[in-house]
Amino acid sequence: MRIELADLCKKFDGTSVLKGLDFDDDVTTLAIIGPSGGGKSTLLRILGGLTAPTSGTVRVDGETVSYDEATLPAYRAKLGFVFQQGGLFQHLSAVENIAMPLREVHGVEASAAEQTARELLDRFGLAEDAEKRPAQLSGGQQQRVAIARAVAGRPRLLLLDEPTSALDPAYTNDVLDMIDDLREDGMRFVIVTHEMGFARNACEKCAFLSQGRLLEYGESSKLFAHPSTPELRAFLDKLLEWR
Amino acid sequence: MTTAKRHSNPFVGDGAGHTSPLKAAINYLLVCLLVIALFWVSLAMLGYTFDFSFVSQYRMRIAQGFLLTIEISAASLVASLALGTLVAAGRGSRILPLRYLCDLYVKLIRGTPLIMQIYLFFYIIGTAWGITDRVVAGILILSTFEAAYIAEIIRGSLLSIDETQRDAARAVGLTHAQTVRLVILPQMVARTLPALTGQFASIIKDSSLLSIIAVIEITQTMREISASNFKLFECYFLLGVLYLALTLPVAAIGRHFERRFDYAH
Repeated sequence: MRIELADLCKKFDGTSVLKGLDFDDDVTTLAIIGPSGGGKSTLLRILGGLTAPTSGTVRVDGETVSYDEATLPAYRAKLGFVFQQGGLFQHLSAVENIAMPLREVHGVEASAAEQTARELLDRFGLAEDAEKRPAQLSGGQQQRVAIARAVAGRPRLLLLDEPTSALDPAYTNDVLDMIDDLREDGMRFVIVTHEMGFARNACEKCAFLSQGRLLEYGESSKLFAHPSTPELRAFLDKLLEWR
Repeated sequence: MTTAKRHSNPFVGDGAGHTSPLKAAINYLLVCLLVIALFWVSLAMLGYTFDFSFVSQYRMRIAQGFLLTIEISAASLVASLALGTLVAAGRGSRILPLRYLCDLYVKLIRGTPLIMQIYLFFYIIGTAWGITDRVVAGILILSTFEAAYIAEIIRGSLLSIDETQRDAARAVGLTHAQTVRLVILPQMVARTLPALTGQFASIIKDSSLLSIIAVIEITQTMREISASNFKLFECYFLLGVLYLALTLPVAAIGRHFERRFDYAH
């Protein structure tokens, strides 16, 4: 899927979070890495149609995204978005969290929506938790249900905003395994992550974002082996300090 | 994770949930007997014996007063819910005068006693605007009072809904109207119903103050009866029992809602 960004800027109350990003490539699996506050989540939210850029354009498969509340729901419906935490509807069971958007947004008939939801939960080892509400699930289970919900509508791209940052290490692997599983099925995704092993080995491309600028972009294997900017080198060195 | 959090709350007794029903019933009965005994001994010390023989004589008036209390409370609940919702919405409005008006309203009503409001509204505003029907005036005053509290309950629960819930609704592609209908409203109902039931019990009790403008609800009925037969203790005792007959079931409904919507907290 082709993603083009042209001079993309975002300011929050006068503070520049994204300072003119340019990007043009076919995205299959992309990891966005970088220090906290570098603009990673903001970029992902703009891609997901959840935040409007201050200036600049976003084009997806040749079509310019119009950040207009009237057209955005249809744009968002074609994407799957996974939040860091708390993204499940608290008042709905796991199965309803998946089935409700299928019915209400994708116009799937009720019984078919429930069947799809149960099949997904079954596939990802969550069948026993189908009737539980988010508060009754562990953090890792919640994230896996959230990913199942995000892929239920057969999105053209999955966007994951630090899906494992709020999890215990044991749960982190469950979630990353699930994403890798989806990748093998051909699911395209963009993930903001601090899991460098995952970014390096499971994502084809990697983008390094620091202080609102896209400092490096390329194939993950090359980017990690030969960082060309001092910023990325410092970032990676810091991460490896306690390894 | 959540279970652990719930149990670490010092205000939620671990013991209460694990007591066997029989043990609980026996202990509750024991406490009730103690309270009754205290009353009994106090009355004996006064040398007073209860005499409820007047009840059958006044049963029609008592029934009418009781019914009027229920009617006033029910009507006030509906009216205060409507007004409270509007005020809660107004407090979040972008139109500043409207927002400040709602804010001032809540501050004034919550900051003054109901008895003052009843006198002032009834004798000044009610008289000036020609609201002479005491029951109608009573319902209006009570609704105005309770709506301020209901507005706070609604506003509080609206603010307590996590921003991520709205984000998630947008992310799956729901429109604004769908988000309100499928996500915000169900969560708000879950959060407000237990508190609103509690407020309904307050409405029932607060309606007793309407007796000061001679609305013949149950409190005024008992006051009138006691003034004619001097059975003051019996009348007020019976009055308490009648209010409990209304508020205890309402409280039970509130507990039912709390259990049913436990996930909201």
